[in-house]
Amino acid sequence: MADIPLSVGTTVALPKDQLDPLLSRLRDKGYRTIGPRIRDDAVVYEPIEGLADLPRGLTSVQEAGRYRIVASGNQRYFDITPGAQSWKQFFFPPRVSLLEFQKNGGWKKHSATESAPRLALVGVRPCELAAIEIQDRAFLREDFTDPIYRDRRKNAFLVAVNCLHPCGTCFCASMGTGPKASGGFDLCLTELDEVFLVEIGTDAGLEMLKGLPLKAADKADVQKAEAGLASAKERMGRTLEIGDLPDLLLKNLEHPEWQAVAARCMSCSSCTLVCPTCFCWDTQDRTSLDGAHTERQRVWDSCFNPGYSHQAGGNTRPTTRSRYRQWLTHKFGSWKEQYGVLGCVGCGRCITWCPVKIDVTEEIAALRKEEVRS
Amino acid sequence: MTTLAASKRPAAVSSEELLNPCWAEVTDLREEIDSTFTVWLKFKDPALQKGYAFEPGQFNMLYLPGYGEAAISICSDPEKRDAIGHTVRAVGNVTRAIGRMKKGDEIGLRGPFGTHWPIEQLEGRDILLAAGGIGLPPLRPAVYHILHNRAKYGKVILLYGARSPSDLLYTNEFEAWRKSDIDVQVTVDRADDTWKGQVGVVPLLFYRFRLDPAKTAVMTCGPEIMIRFVVFEALARRIPADRIYVSLERNMKCGQGFCGHCQLGPFFVCKDGPVFPYSVIEPYFGVEEF
Ligand SMILES: Cc1cc2nc3c(=O)[nH]c(=O)nc-3n(C[C@H](O)[C@H](O)[C@H](O)COP(=O)(O)OP(=O)(O)OC[C@H]3O[C@@H](n4cnc5c(N)ncnc54)[C@H](O)[C@@H]3O)c2cc1C
Ligand code: SF4
Ligand code: SF4
Ligand code: FES
Repeated sequence: MADIPLSVGTTVALPKDQLDPLLSRLRDKGYRTIGPRIRDDAVVYEPIEGLADLPRGLTSVQEAGRYRIVASGNQRYFDITPGAQSWKQFFFPPRVSLLEFQKNGGWKKHSATESAPRLALVGVRPCELAAIEIQDRAFLREDFTDPIYRDRRKNAFLVAVNCLHPCGTCFCASMGTGPKASGGFDLCLTELDEVFLVEIGTDAGLEMLKGLPLKAADKADVQKAEAGLASAKERMGRTLEIGDLPDLLLKNLEHPEWQAVAARCMSCSSCTLVCPTCFCWDTQDRTSLDGAHTERQRVWDSCFNPGYSHQAGGNTRPTTRSRYRQWLTHKFGSWKEQYGVLGCVGCGRCITWCPVKIDVTEEIAALRKEEVRS
Repeated sequence: MTTLAASKRPAAVSSEELLNPCWAEVTDLREEIDSTFTVWLKFKDPALQKGYAFEPGQFNMLYLPGYGEAAISICSDPEKRDAIGHTVRAVGNVTRAIGRMKKGDEIGLRGPFGTHWPIEQLEGRDILLAAGGIGLPPLRPAVYHILHNRAKYGKVILLYGARSPSDLLYTNEFEAWRKSDIDVQVTVDRADDTWKGQVGVVPLLFYRFRLDPAKTAVMTCGPEIMIRFVVFEALARRIPADRIYVSLERNMKCGQGFCGHCQLGPFFVCKDGPVFPYSVIEPYFGVEEF
């Protein structure tokens, strides 16, 4: 067994029960192992010890405004599709301390940033890997890097899982981000009934596998995985034509559909909070009652919040029409000019978690249908 | 689509430094007009003060613990290096608290941020500056630059308007500017008994001049509605859109293009602006509530 040649780019077979030693090795190296678990009838990303914590034999049924965990009909661990949470919470925390100030005569500043945790993220979907790469572009620019994101991100170990079981709101195939991961991971699993196929993505990944009872990847298993992925591609619940984006959006800023969708949209900001690529944040000062201590925090914000675009001259986007338009034209439009890619990976979360079932793929189709070129 | 080159920040500045306010102290605070004051700040660390340089049109983020942070343009002479001036209108949390400060009080400062008026590139040209209300402070460093280098520019005209005579800023400096051959034209929306000058909005002042479209560059800052009309008048006089520069205001939190707040289409006003050639923002600027 020890003579299996290991190198970056190769695929080997890992017996299922060997995920536990792999995770404990990661913990020995100082990583916190985080993965999918079930809490409150939904999948969440939380600390896991091993296989026993994973949502075995479960999957989710998702439609616009609907999410249910159901039996998958098999005994796999990773057939569950993404829930409301995404991995962005780990690199871009929903609430994080920036600085603390203590008044004693004058103000003294203390650095409040805890040292960045070492996180091993286990079970990252291809669409979610793509979302991480998109956030990298926003937080790790050439001319500026966000220190909080940078430190958490560079410490992380990513175990991806290819997606054999897309759900009703998925459209990663349209966005070119899945169902197979094409990079950006340390290790990537494809889960078959008997075994995990493991693609080695980095030297760090290779290092973690060394000494585990690996097997050569069986040809039949590789074919099974490929067939599964090809079939997953065909079973996406949604599709989106992207050939005419971003132009379609940016040339239709006065399209009547914006008004139509605004009549339904509640400006609740759910879509931006569940979206794994949305990066907007606000600052808040939390001050003690005696006014002597202030903690400055950074918190997730959304272009749907009324205060988001408020300034002395008035509110730039006072209406739901203007806010929905900002959301959609940013994600599927101006993002491309800002970062070279579109801001959507087709994970479907914003569709599933919209309380009034607004569906980005339908909205874009509607803009196309009654296109009014300005 | 190219925006103006970003600031001339020393390359050594790290991301941490860009995000962390450093303590400055108030060296002077004076009311200019009702609820608008100019506050002068000096870094407590002399090395920071010595190293601090800015370009006309750039802004700082001013921070008071417990109140928050606000983007405020630098209004002082770029060559004056011992203190940094900001003219502030008290409109909200931060700006009101700044207005209550006294000499020696401490405030967090980070900056300078953003693009600047391309004043050095415009040597040899006629310059038309158009400001409305609190839009004059970000243009004043450009005025100072022109004063220091007056011979390098052709005709220089400043159009300035405010709601009423008592809302006009920096009136005690206009005589000196006129002496240096800057044609300062002032107008108010509503006159009072003391007012002998022009009445009407800033764009109307365009009708008093013949501008040479081949030579003139326009820089404008003020309420968006005023900017719209200034641009309209300038374009009507065939001044090319890429020689009309506008400074925009948006909600800002980071100043580094990664909190999202200040977006205008593909642009982050904090780093791709606040000063833009009009040609660049034209497709989006006219779109209501965008
Ligand atoms: C590049 C740039 C340069 C600037 N330069 C200057 C300058 O030189 N001088 C100057 O005075 N200002 C300047 N400003 C404007 C200044 O940053 C704003 O006025 C800033 O909002 C002031 O902060 P504040 O906390 O005092 O007020 P805020 O608390 O932000 O309040 C501003 C206004 O918005 C309203 N408001 C805020 N939040 C909300 C909300 N959630 N819902 C409803 N209403 C709300 C407030 O009631 C108030 O009327 C500049 C802005 C930019 C972007
Ligand atoms: S826009 Fe919707 S489908 Fe696209 S990445 Fe965000 S949440 Fe997922
Ligand atoms: S879509 Fe809205 S919340 Fe998301 S990144 Fe863009 S502006 Fe921010
Ligand atoms: S102020 Fe944060 S992106 Fe411009």
